[in-house]
Amino acid sequence: MIYREAGVYKSTYRADHAIFTIPQDRWSMIGIFAIAFLLIPAVGSEYWLGAIMLPFLILALAALGLNILTGYCGQLSLGTGGFMATGAFSAYKLATAFPDVHILFVILGAGLIAAAVGILFGIPSLRIKGFYLAVATLASQFFLIWMFITFGWFTNYSASGVISAPPMTIIGDIFVTGPQATLVAKYLFTLSIVVVMALVAKNLVRSNIGREWMAVRDMDIAAEIIGIPMLSTKLKAFAVSSFFCGVAGALWAFLYTGSVSPLAFGVDRSFQVLFMIIIGGLGSVMGAFLGAAFIVLLPILLNNLPTMLGLNIKTDMISHMEYMIFGALIVFFLIVEPHGLARLWSLLKEKLRLWPFPH
Amino acid sequence: MDMYERKIGDVILALDNISLSFGAMKVLDDVSFDVRQGEIRSIIGPNGAGKSSMLNVINGFYHPQQGSITFRGEKRKEMDVHKAAASGIARTFQNIALFKGMSTLDNIMTGRNLKMKCNIFQQAWYWGKAQKEEIEHRQKVEEIIDFLEIQNIRKTPVGRLPYGFQKRVELGRALAAEPEILLLDEPMAGMNVEEKEDMSRFILDINDEFGTTIILIEHDMGVVMDLSDRVVVLDYGRQLADGSPDEVRSNQTVIDAYLGVSH
Repeated sequence: MIYREAGVYKSTYRADHAIFTIPQDRWSMIGIFAIAFLLIPAVGSEYWLGAIMLPFLILALAALGLNILTGYCGQLSLGTGGFMATGAFSAYKLATAFPDVHILFVILGAGLIAAAVGILFGIPSLRIKGFYLAVATLASQFFLIWMFITFGWFTNYSASGVISAPPMTIIGDIFVTGPQATLVAKYLFTLSIVVVMALVAKNLVRSNIGREWMAVRDMDIAAEIIGIPMLSTKLKAFAVSSFFCGVAGALWAFLYTGSVSPLAFGVDRSFQVLFMIIIGGLGSVMGAFLGAAFIVLLPILLNNLPTMLGLNIKTDMISHMEYMIFGALIVFFLIVEPHGLARLWSLLKEKLRLWPFPH
Repeated sequence: MDMYERKIGDVILALDNISLSFGAMKVLDDVSFDVRQGEIRSIIGPNGAGKSSMLNVINGFYHPQQGSITFRGEKRKEMDVHKAAASGIARTFQNIALFKGMSTLDNIMTGRNLKMKCNIFQQAWYWGKAQKEEIEHRQKVEEIIDFLEIQNIRKTPVGRLPYGFQKRVELGRALAAEPEILLLDEPMAGMNVEEKEDMSRFILDINDEFGTTIILIEHDMGVVMDLSDRVVVLDYGRQLADGSPDEVRSNQTVIDAYLGVSH
């Protein structure tokens, strides 16, 4: 009764193809935007903006990228960290080689370079599937990180192997990277990029290319027989996915940490992003955000919960518990709800349509 | 059938001396037949006769070792899957091959993928060209949904649909490509009488209203004999007979193949 599509009449296909067809959804989205763009920057503490919202948004972007490849196109990848590193180091090389170029173009360029690398490592996907492809992408992960560590050219021969973002402005003297940048500026800049890219992702998956990806995922032989070209469809998924991961990597290096070593994008990062889409929901744009929120917030909650409850648990015990709870939740989701939090959310909406009546 | 004028034209597809083997297994052995524009052509035969393999040869999924395929006057050794789809050959499958995670609407929309021309950047932006294209194709897809009487399951994920509806959606996906030749691999397998009647009606209507040439594989002899203009009979990859339903029905080798003979 609370949440209902009854009485929502759509008289054009245009209205039926909208992202949010139900008024409640539209209003709650406007509410979320108002909170994200106005309330959080106004009241958020340094800790909230810098240590929670920034990594949440950036990891959600990476999860969105992986979800396009794995959730929509069905190509399992463990190379997310490698593609993020490609984005981060490309952004660094671009920003240092062309100091006058605007940060947006630096980030765009970094994404495009990551997309090209993604296409390269996606070529084997025509021949190999499932676990074998996962292993091939894992190899690309190790290769890319090894490359950024080994060749000094990527770090401009810095002795420590760490890259630091040069100070860059978005407009006038509003810095978004470097020591003069405020957290609010960084947060709003990241949020804007993530919102635009989430919209792009949504547009792609509701268009022909998205249906082609899902067709390849669900039944590749039938997809081929109705005329979907296997290689180019898969490579497009690799390109778009790596573009998203590349932009996420560039934002991570430039805005979140400010300076970063290749090891920040190790295989742990790849698994972290994979867990996000498994928990959040494979094949769902919202799932990427829910999964990222879950994985970023849960450790914080677990760290604070014992003190809130007045329990005296040692810190090392808490960090062990974090791993155990993560592991258990992933097993739980894989068995009980492979479509993750996003599916639970839509189930809740189905229930709310009828509530408080049983049926 | 005599109520109206059937428009049966020239030969659109000719298969000449097709032989296909997998290793030592001979699946098709020197099979030749042709298909005329606008007719309903059936392929029958006992299990393992090579009927489905024949469809796979026609749409380029299998490549025969010998023989030639002439489609719309162009003679070639084998078809290519993508080119076959692009030149107007669509098919359904014996074991339903729908995209299970997608809705009925999206499945049928996917059938129009070859007709959608917007590039990935236009689709990423969506508003403008891509949206216009999407809506144009949606209109066409809605016509198919109306035709197949599946309006109420448009938004349902096909994995949740009962078998008979899944078969219908699969037919819709093939129709969405507006094919010249429609290959139907056992469209009525596992259906009850009512569902078979519905499906038969759809097949006749497709043939009549859209002028689509249909190549049909079916085990229900009543259906085959009622619907088909001509029937080709295969057994162990060999061609036993080819002719009108009446000719085939009275052919002694066909009767022997189906009923068995004492030697």
